[in-house]
Amino acid sequence: MSTVRDARYGAQVDLELTADQKTVRDAFARFFADRSPLTVVRDAEPLGYAPALWARLRETGAPGMGVPEKLGGGGATALDLVLLMQEAGRTLAPVPLAEHLAATRTLARTAAGAGAPWFADAVEGDVLAAPALHPAVEGTTRLVPGGAVADVVVGLDGGDLVAVRSDAPMTAPPNHACAPLADRVLRGPGVHERIVLASGADAAALFARMRTDWQLATAAALTGLAARALEIGIAYTLERRQFDRPIAAFQAVQQGLADLVAPLDGITLLTARAAWTDDEGDAADAARLASMAFLAASEVARNTTYRALHYHGGYGVTLEYDIQLFFRRARGWPLVLGDPDEEYLRLADRLFGPAAGPGTGPRAGDGAGQSTGGAR
Amino acid sequence: MDFAPKASVEEFRASIRRFIADHLTAEMVERAHRTGTFHDWEFHRALAATGIIAEGMAGAGRESGRDPLELYVLFDEMGLAGAPFYGLANAMLVAGVIEQIGSDFHMSEVLPRFHSGEAIAALGYSEPGSGSDVAAAATRAERIPGHPGDEQVWLVNGQKMFTTLVHEAGYVILLTRTDPDLPKHRGLTMFLLPMDLPGIDFQAVDTMGGDRTNITYFTDVRVPDRWRLGEVNGGWDVMKVALAYERGVFGNMNQGVTLLRRFAAWAGTAERSDGTRLIDDPGVRRRLARIAIDNEITALLAVRPALLASQGRLPTTEGSVAKLYASEAYNRAAEACQEMAGAVGLLSPLHGAGGGAADLPDADWGFVDLAARDAPVTTIYGGTSEIQRNNIAEHRLGLPRAR
Ligand SMILES: Cc1cc2nc3c(=O)[nH]c(=O)nc-3n(C[C@H](O)[C@H](O)[C@H](O)COP(=O)(O)OP(=O)(O)OC[C@H]3O[C@@H](n4cnc5c(N)ncnc54)[C@H](O)[C@@H]3O)c2cc1C
Repeated sequence: MSTVRDARYGAQVDLELTADQKTVRDAFARFFADRSPLTVVRDAEPLGYAPALWARLRETGAPGMGVPEKLGGGGATALDLVLLMQEAGRTLAPVPLAEHLAATRTLARTAAGAGAPWFADAVEGDVLAAPALHPAVEGTTRLVPGGAVADVVVGLDGGDLVAVRSDAPMTAPPNHACAPLADRVLRGPGVHERIVLASGADAAALFARMRTDWQLATAAALTGLAARALEIGIAYTLERRQFDRPIAAFQAVQQGLADLVAPLDGITLLTARAAWTDDEGDAADAARLASMAFLAASEVARNTTYRALHYHGGYGVTLEYDIQLFFRRARGWPLVLGDPDEEYLRLADRLFGPAAGPGTGPRAGDGAGQSTGGAR
Repeated sequence: MDFAPKASVEEFRASIRRFIADHLTAEMVERAHRTGTFHDWEFHRALAATGIIAEGMAGAGRESGRDPLELYVLFDEMGLAGAPFYGLANAMLVAGVIEQIGSDFHMSEVLPRFHSGEAIAALGYSEPGSGSDVAAAATRAERIPGHPGDEQVWLVNGQKMFTTLVHEAGYVILLTRTDPDLPKHRGLTMFLLPMDLPGIDFQAVDTMGGDRTNITYFTDVRVPDRWRLGEVNGGWDVMKVALAYERGVFGNMNQGVTLLRRFAAWAGTAERSDGTRLIDDPGVRRRLARIAIDNEITALLAVRPALLASQGRLPTTEGSVAKLYASEAYNRAAEACQEMAGAVGLLSPLHGAGGGAADLPDADWGFVDLAARDAPVTTIYGGTSEIQRNNIAEHRLGLPRAR
């Protein structure tokens, strides 16, 4: 009946970064290390947005990196964006970069989006764009990531994918991750400009693609976050002494830390694999892999920050220590997409074809007909 | 980073698939499961005749030979097909060690027998008193005083545990204690014994997972010095080479792939008591999606050591990382599949522990039980999960040594 695509890689040529990719990574590693120390992250709470950091980031060209060159963007590969987001994630950079990248890439995919009067400004980063991850209900879409600070929201309203310009509220409901979330309206009072990007099946497909882009960028950010959290956890256990020795000398602690390595390596590779597949032009398979990378990275970031915090003992939960910043974002960043179990079901649709029976079939919001399971 | 298929490796994969399609029979697979002996001489010799064992693995000081990635693919395909490949793995491993460390005698007298498929080897590391702490081996090898000018002869006494395939092997690679007064890693010497030396005896040990392994006894075995492999008291250096081969390339870590494929196909036809197909149950779908993610990650981690070796670099902890993830993921998958199958997941093609006759006509469902029995073994052999974590903690994370 259903056939499963076998997960087997016998033949990759290289899992190492190329010289160009290393240059991208190192440049952004330096940028975020210099410009986004954890003091900046703390100062940006509770809104979760540092305008000065965004202004600096704008100078690097990062906001427009995902847009093709012929539309004035950086024309970066999906793999380069992954490297960028890993570095942003490592430092918990308080800027809605994953969101802006996903939204601007989506705009660039439609003539109406690329033709918007403010499109060039969005590519420059002067206009901030955010993706509404859930279709609007009665014109409102809830808890848009980056929505508290975005000038433009791209989202699904009825059967249309729309780009809506309205005033950013510049305030967020207090939340776990201190993320700049906000409810946004996609039509009605307060909307300055509303551009229909696509309708019907096209809209659904573009919306699904936008979520895929966001998932991949977020998976990369979570990978960076988890890697840094593990380093912080290790550094603490080497420094903290109990029973006359560093707690890192206790095997229970070592085993717990060592257990985090394989999953972390795994999501690093899987995220890169998804991006590479996207760059190769296999959008359906890239979507499958991005969904996997997102789910795996969410779980890994959750587990890694849990253990890294746990091995801080009581100090880990005090606000003075940094690890709690990582812990909260590990949960907050991915959960805006909804209960991961819903995403597991969407992934299952891709893998095994839609389920028979009431209330199953292609799930709302995933874009119809994305399943490729039957064809493999 | 580039995930593009390497043409030579894909060609090789296709050729291995063709070989398996041409040579592996259902009877061979069934016999392996029934006897617990995952080695088939007919299959093994046909494969050896293609020259693949002789070609060996490039890298690790060897100029020519197969790309390590191709050998990874070889075992990957063997695993997917359910081929009995343990004898192949052991033969290639010991051949690799001989090539790196063996004497002229080993090269001319022993190596060709592995290359041609005439003989396979068993691995005699573990003992009743030493498993994870393999360097604590107590099997004694003592010099027998002889006439000057005669070849040195060693007297070997002791017992090896879990000597898988010793009942089919022409040789056993044997870790012995030659100097009990030296620190434990330094008093070891490795031998490669022909199994027909007088004084070697073994007895079967059957396992829950269906594998047959053995206890092997060495009683006053007189071993001419030419069977020594490596330096006297240099056995640990040989061990390191052997372990590097084992952790790097030789073995299949993608068991979850076959399990998921078979389970998903089965779940497309099997029904719950209320008539819904398993594959339509959201709970089943979520769990299968999780297994698919684990498989994807396992595959990426598993190929990495081979890839490094293929590029002429030395894998360090990547083998431990892959083995740890693969075996733990396989356990998660096997447990989930058995639960999802419900009571049917308990039905076993094995009659009781120890691998009796598989007289069930259609073992279609028995694969769930087999996986559930097999998976726990994979977190034990080849270094337990704890040992892999110790290795990662010390050599990857730089934590203080704690054993
Ligand atoms: C089916 C099968 C086939 C095998 N085939 C072979 C073979 O062909 N050749 C061969 O030589 N061996 C073989 N083995 C043996 C295998 O390598 C050992 O079983 C394994 O290394 C563990 O050793 P042990 O069984 O003595 O367990 P032990 O070492 O006694 O371990 C018991 C438990 O203690 C834990 N433990 C031990 N040391 C530590 C530590 N330092 N830190 C934390 N936890 C620790 C272990 O992780 C384990 O959970 C085989 C085993 C099986 C089951």
